[in-house]
Amino acid sequence: MTPNLTYVIVIGVLVAAGVTLLLERSLTRVLMGVILLGNGANLLLLTGGRAGGPPIVGTTPQEEMSDPLPQAMILTAIVITLGMTAFLLALAYRSWHLNGHDEVQDDVEDRRIMDLAERDEVPDDDVDGDDDDDDETEAGAERTLAGTVDSGRAG
Amino acid sequence: MLALVAVHALAAVIAPGLVRLWGRNALYLVALAPGATLVWALTNTSGVRGGEPVVETVPWVPQLGLELALRMGTLSWLMVVLVGGVGALVLAYSARYFHTGDAGLGRFAAVFVAFAGAMLGLVISDDLLLLYVFWELTTVFSYLLIGYDPVKRAGRRAAMQALLVTTLGGLAMLAGFVMLGQHAGSYRWSEVAENLPGGGYLAVAVVLILLGALSKSAIFPFSFWLPGAMAAPTPVSAYLHAAAMVKAGVFLVALIGPAVAEVTPWRPVLLVTGLITMFLGGWAALRQVDLKLLLAYGTVSQLGLLMVILGGGTRDAALAGVAMVLAHALFKATLFLTVGIVDHATGTRDLRELSGLGRRSPALAVVAGLAAASMAGLPPMAGFVAKEAALEALLHGGTADLVVLAGVVFGSVLTVAYTLRYLWGAFAVKDGIPATEARPVSWSFLAPAAVLAIAGVTVGVLAPAVDRLLAPYADLYPSAEPGYHLALWHGLTPALGLSVLAVAGGVGLFQLMRRERVRATLRLPFDGAAVYRKGIGLVDRVAVELTGATQRGSLPFYLGVILVVLVLLPGGALVAGGPWPQRFHLWDTPLQGVAAAVVVVAAVMAARALRRLTAMILVGVAGYGIALLFILHGAPDLALTQFLVETVTIVMFVLVLRRLPAKFSERPIRSSRRGRVALGVAVGTVTAGMAYVAAGARQAVPISVDFPDGAVSYGGGKNVVNVTLVDIRAWDTMGEIAVLVVAATGVASLIFRHARDLDRRSDIPGGGRAESTRPRWLTTGATARAQSVILQVITRLLFHAIMLFAIYLLFSGHNAPGGGFTAGLVAGLALAVRYLAGGRTELNGAAPVDAGVVLGAGLFVAVGTGVAAMLLGGEFLQSALLDFHLPLLGHIHFVTSAFFDVGVFLIVVGLVLDILRSLGAEMDRQHETEDDEVREKELV
Repeated sequence: MTPNLTYVIVIGVLVAAGVTLLLERSLTRVLMGVILLGNGANLLLLTGGRAGGPPIVGTTPQEEMSDPLPQAMILTAIVITLGMTAFLLALAYRSWHLNGHDEVQDDVEDRRIMDLAERDEVPDDDVDGDDDDDDETEAGAERTLAGTVDSGRAG
Repeated sequence: MLALVAVHALAAVIAPGLVRLWGRNALYLVALAPGATLVWALTNTSGVRGGEPVVETVPWVPQLGLELALRMGTLSWLMVVLVGGVGALVLAYSARYFHTGDAGLGRFAAVFVAFAGAMLGLVISDDLLLLYVFWELTTVFSYLLIGYDPVKRAGRRAAMQALLVTTLGGLAMLAGFVMLGQHAGSYRWSEVAENLPGGGYLAVAVVLILLGALSKSAIFPFSFWLPGAMAAPTPVSAYLHAAAMVKAGVFLVALIGPAVAEVTPWRPVLLVTGLITMFLGGWAALRQVDLKLLLAYGTVSQLGLLMVILGGGTRDAALAGVAMVLAHALFKATLFLTVGIVDHATGTRDLRELSGLGRRSPALAVVAGLAAASMAGLPPMAGFVAKEAALEALLHGGTADLVVLAGVVFGSVLTVAYTLRYLWGAFAVKDGIPATEARPVSWSFLAPAAVLAIAGVTVGVLAPAVDRLLAPYADLYPSAEPGYHLALWHGLTPALGLSVLAVAGGVGLFQLMRRERVRATLRLPFDGAAVYRKGIGLVDRVAVELTGATQRGSLPFYLGVILVVLVLLPGGALVAGGPWPQRFHLWDTPLQGVAAAVVVVAAVMAARALRRLTAMILVGVAGYGIALLFILHGAPDLALTQFLVETVTIVMFVLVLRRLPAKFSERPIRSSRRGRVALGVAVGTVTAGMAYVAAGARQAVPISVDFPDGAVSYGGGKNVVNVTLVDIRAWDTMGEIAVLVVAATGVASLIFRHARDLDRRSDIPGGGRAESTRPRWLTTGATARAQSVILQVITRLLFHAIMLFAIYLLFSGHNAPGGGFTAGLVAGLALAVRYLAGGRTELNGAAPVDAGVVLGAGLFVAVGTGVAAMLLGGEFLQSALLDFHLPLLGHIHFVTSAFFDVGVFLIVVGLVLDILRSLGAEMDRQHETEDDEVREKELV
């Protein structure tokens, strides 16, 4: 089998466009990236089998048939992508409904740990410090939280 | 023996229930478990003394050679007696120490008896791995006991500290066990001891095991966790210090001592760390004002002494060691219990506030006095007998032993001094302090302590009998001369002189220490807790830095890392992998080039689009272009599915995008966008390279060459792709439709805000019953807002035709392009058109069913087909061919897999219906409600 250059180019472009969109923060863009990437991946599967006539017995002689196996795999993949698209759309809508935007935000807990790392501190726990300052710590944590939400949105 | 451990486990399980039934008195019942252990051990006394250990072996995991090998020799017998006896008495004491309403009393009873069971298992294990399991169990249970009161910060911290320190040591010990076990080919200590390795290997193993024993027994530099564990309730401390936990380390040293005493690091490690611990502990005990802490540091000191004696490695020292273990268990448990009573009676343990308690509670003072006398080593107590034996054993050694002897004598001075401090602090009348108010002590509260104190006297008086019981252990050490015997009176020996010296020195030191100024100048030179805190702090710091550096919490970052790896590794392999296919063709037909151009342009523009709608249309165009490529490839089924899916996708997007802002939110800063594009191009290039190489590298005959024949012969269909889906690879399809059901459920649960709203998935007015004023066919709804009447009428006319077409596709799919997926999508589109034309009332008219029901029915039919095939004796999802004649219709060729396809069809229809109900109807309803609210506000 020899490579079909047209497919190779289309796969490359679809994946490139898909990945670019996937790295964005807007969920709608991410979703479109997923769709483009999915199309590229389907085409990549298709190159695994030869082209030919429709794989229908009686219509096409067996030796001229296109390879049916990748087609069956791609068919299920297409429908799965549909389900995934619906789910991500619902997610985007929900996010917009709740937060007024559909952007993927940074994980707040992780941001807190990063802030600790920048300040060269350790999380407050039972090991350090002798004073019972539980309440104070909670308040401090909330302050950090509020700060990180903002920075998460900006980034 | 295993049964005894099981009894403890059972007691632990039922203890909370018992406590709920009978309150604190249930602890007496729970005490029966360790009590039974004591009785059992005592009944086996004569056999063990006669040199006949009790052995029990139960196969556990025979494949791994794991067995529950239990063995009770002299040493284990002593430990079992202590674990059972002290355990039972402490539980009986707890029944009066706690109050019925105390929170967590049930948990305490359960954990305590479980702890006793684990300790029992530990001391009777012959298998080293089993011993390790029980060892760690005691660690875990002691963690729970120390942290008895989870509200207290100090308790939590102390529990965590004990857990970390002892677990760390335990791991080292396990490594040592494995080293010995691997060499001996068995993990049974009785066999391992016969097959010890030599040289550095053995030395390393011994040091590792010692690490475990020393950390468990709170020996320097691990001493700090034990005083911290004073946060536990007093009964726990009594048990932990006297018979369990810390004694596990002592037990281990005593157990392996006879076999490894001659190994190089054994003596120096034990003697040096033991002496240091003894001094530091005794020193610290003299400075305490809390009676419980005073005793805790006393225990640390005594543990050091025990290590020194057991580390001596001679027969006489070993005898003195086990006698000391017995004596220490008796007096330390008693002392802790009396402190608990003092605490309860007066409400304080601070010796600066206590005064004149001895006069008020003489019985308590006598009990405490007996135990204290034993601790100080006064005759006729057990402590005196043991200390005499120790001094005597050391007197007959070499120079090193004499140095150690001096250390031990000095340690005894400290011991006498802090014993006096304890007695004085708890019971003496002090100038300037008013006599402490004390509630009377009930006899049932005091009885357990009294029993232990009297046992201490008895052991001392009956020293020769005890000697006969314990001597078999000491005789494990080779000894030339006739050995020493425990007795109260050996004549005027140098050892007795040293004892007198120690007592005199102790009295003097105590008098000196009563001066505040002197005590203040005596500070601990070294604090292990500081090192621990630093270590823990360091671990936290490293964890924070590592987590902060790797776990950025940003999805684009994670994706970026994955994709960069993709570019570097498979991409690098592509470049380095060598010869690329030389032959290629531009296209199969030039039309492919045209379709490809459409896809490429649409994809690039979609990535650049600023408006959601534009981007959506461009993505759709790219999708249709792909469908065109499918046709040209010779894949009509794919093309059909792709066309339909693209269309449904566009409908979905329109439904959602009408609610979202027209433009995407602001683009991030330019530089990061360039980075994204660069990464995208890199990944695209690598993928294209992989496609090129993979297609060119294909040489094997595809597995699918047999598919066409198989499709006709046993699949009963001519459309190979469809037969592949419903028969040859039906399992894949089964998994896939399950995913669709999950996705549909996910969509519904994201949009419907409350579970009760989910009823609206059926969204039929009047709960699904036909309304009396049912609109006639082609009559448009009166509620339709701004919807085209013409469109509504036309869609109604077309709807049934489309549905019929869908059913045709469903059943013809076996032999021509079509099938369940395609048919389901067509039917779904018919519903979508009805919804778009007439809103949600129109949708309900077209499909008056719950989407969930359709999905469930589809899954049921699909699975049912497979199961039916199994019930008829075939494989899951195996299909059967039926050929028969029907009047009018003629010859019918029917394949049972058609039912499976019906299931697929129903699921796809259900998915689309679910999407329309969620993203369409429910979103309409939510926004109408909000609009109404806004309008109402404006009116007000």
